[in-house]
Amino acid sequence: MAGASAKQVLFEPIFSNNPIALQILGICSALAVTTSMSVSIVMCLAVIAVTAFSNLAVSLVRTQIPGSIRIIVQMTIIASLVIVVDQILKAYAYEISKQLSVFVGLIITNCIVMGRAEGFAMTNPPFLSFLDGIGNGLGYSAILLFVAFFRELLGAGSLFGFTLLTPVNEGGWYVTNGLLLLPPSAFFIIGLAIWGLRTWKKEQVEEADYTLSAHKVKEAF
Amino acid sequence: MAKAKDTVSRTIMVALVLSIVFSVVVSTAAVMLRPAQIQNQNLDIKTNILSAAGMLESGASPQEIEDTFARFDVRLVDLDSGTFVEPSQVGVQDPMKYDMYKAASDPEMSTNIPSSEDKAGIKRRPNVAKVYTLSEDGELVRVVLPVHGYGLWSTLYGFISLEGDLNTIEGLGFYSHAETPGLGGEVDNPRWKALWHGKEVYDDNYSEPEIRLVKGGVSPDARNKEHKIDALSGATLTSRGVQQLVNYWMGERGFAPFLKNLREGEV
Repeated sequence: MAGASAKQVLFEPIFSNNPIALQILGICSALAVTTSMSVSIVMCLAVIAVTAFSNLAVSLVRTQIPGSIRIIVQMTIIASLVIVVDQILKAYAYEISKQLSVFVGLIITNCIVMGRAEGFAMTNPPFLSFLDGIGNGLGYSAILLFVAFFRELLGAGSLFGFTLLTPVNEGGWYVTNGLLLLPPSAFFIIGLAIWGLRTWKKEQVEEADYTLSAHKVKEAF
Repeated sequence: MAKAKDTVSRTIMVALVLSIVFSVVVSTAAVMLRPAQIQNQNLDIKTNILSAAGMLESGASPQEIEDTFARFDVRLVDLDSGTFVEPSQVGVQDPMKYDMYKAASDPEMSTNIPSSEDKAGIKRRPNVAKVYTLSEDGELVRVVLPVHGYGLWSTLYGFISLEGDLNTIEGLGFYSHAETPGLGGEVDNPRWKALWHGKEVYDDNYSEPEIRLVKGGVSPDARNKEHKIDALSGATLTSRGVQQLVNYWMGERGFAPFLKNLREGEV
């Protein structure tokens, strides 16, 4: 990572090194909060804020942190920031914070935040770390919004709460796809997104662990 | 350098300083934002009450909600006797401050419901409930009652609002639940909630609450259609939970004694 430029650090995580699509981190909240766009956006902002500021804080004190308790120190910083974000949401975006419920609190356990603090902020200067946090938050957001777009549009027939495809039970024609409102559907959409991304950026394709050898032995059946 | 920062005393120092700094940050945030949060919570409850009472205009500002809500009387009711109690008897000054769900977990302020009668699946019931009444020109026009009970995944909390005859339902709404989105979660669907409007809880002799959620829709010539509501499709257990909880709270163990007293003008 030596000599990484600010621009690289900020934009690489969006497509080239996406925390969800390439590193497959932070999947759990991507499943839980993507039933509607507005909720997802607030979640994204919360994650961006937490990753950025926790990276900044960890990077500021990185030379002081004893190796034996560094994970606990990072957790303390992250947990405190998450509580602050949760309190702010409860005060200024009450409706959405009710819908996000425990998932704001669960940002603490989001692997992306922890991963960036340990993997980047511990060895890089504050400003770069801050940008790295924002970049990874944006990468997370890109996938989240992609998933939420399809889930809300096809699952509820609306975007940002505005009805686009009038569902049958409201007198329209669109039969909503209930599966898309359930968490498992996010797996499919994330899977498709990863497929698309790796078709576009071939270098992200992992090497196969083994190759199939040709089928030579003929057996009776 | 690695040596210098890895000593035991250094480790303890860093841990200590870090804990102090972040506890200050967290508690400052909590204390500073507390008033706004409480205001939000109160507004949310008032919004739900008005919405159940059919008095919430879409896009109403917080001030309008406060103003409309101010027309309601907030009273505390002893559920067994069905009579009003003074706020001081449950240890509060302002009846709005009384939390009946907190009281339900306090052995002093609640009673166990025998499992044979626990239709709503709530196990304990507070002795005193908080009700909202609206009178216009000395005549009772709305009574909003809190209800809760178990659905499929979660306890549903909501309000049911009755018209002045204390039998016709004005509206029903849940403000907190975790039922399956798209299936049981459709309890929040305004179109479904609108089906409750005008239904009657009791039959002519006001004995038992008769609300039924039925499958396949309520045809216009169905028997007792004034007690029947179309159940949610794909959500049999949530629908059953809603039926049970409404009947529980409208029954003898719930608000029936209070409604009887109100009807007979005894409170």
